[in-house]
Amino acid sequence: MKLLRMTPGKGDVLLAEGDPRVAEDEERLIEEFRRQLDLGMWAAVPLKGDAGRREATMVRDFAEIPEGADRVIFFPRAAGGR
Amino acid sequence: MRSRHHPDAATQAAAERRGRELLLETAGAEALEMYEHLGLLAFEAGGGEYGYLIYPHRPLVGYDARSGELLSEYCVRFADGSDPAAGERLPDADDVLAKWLALRMDEAHTLELANVHPLGRQLDPQMVRRDLASVREWRAAA
Repeated sequence: MKLLRMTPGKGDVLLAEGDPRVAEDEERLIEEFRRQLDLGMWAAVPLKGDAGRREATMVRDFAEIPEGADRVIFFPRAAGGR
Repeated sequence: MRSRHHPDAATQAAAERRGRELLLETAGAEALEMYEHLGLLAFEAGGGEYGYLIYPHRPLVGYDARSGELLSEYCVRFADGSDPAAGERLPDADDVLAKWLALRMDEAHTLELANVHPLGRQLDPQMVRRDLASVREWRAAA
């Protein structure tokens, strides 16, 4: 699993990568996941739905990440613009 | 002297390339092709009854998918102030993808957060009508 974050100036950056079935990796992934949420990011998990339709779900806890998901994308929370 | 808030052109181009790769991997090949061809994404919701045109760093524009009537501008932004030297703006492709993700994940909440204005406040309605027609032509040809 990869944890990615969209950033100004650079595009997406890899924050952490590992196998959540491995305890040491899982701990590192959870720590980074929480850090990004604490920084105010939203966490999106891209999914493929019926007939390959692209979907995404928001997760607020590491345990909510669907099994088999290969990435989580962090990006700034939406706010009203002008 | 280079502005602190404007990465150089090569850096911006590299960031945009990365953003397009992420758009491809996340929203799919059709979304990337539409973005590269038209400079925007069309997102249909409500069982195909209505949709939004997603512009980079511009408001979402709601439309009636059946009649083609343009509805409102939904002003929403995804500002990241964590690196002042890089500015707050995501690359264009990332901004489009952020809007696509937000609508996919929770359309109602995204609209709640947006400032809603009549069409024409920021975007030229004639341009938006042309863009919606281009989306329809592009889809018909795909």
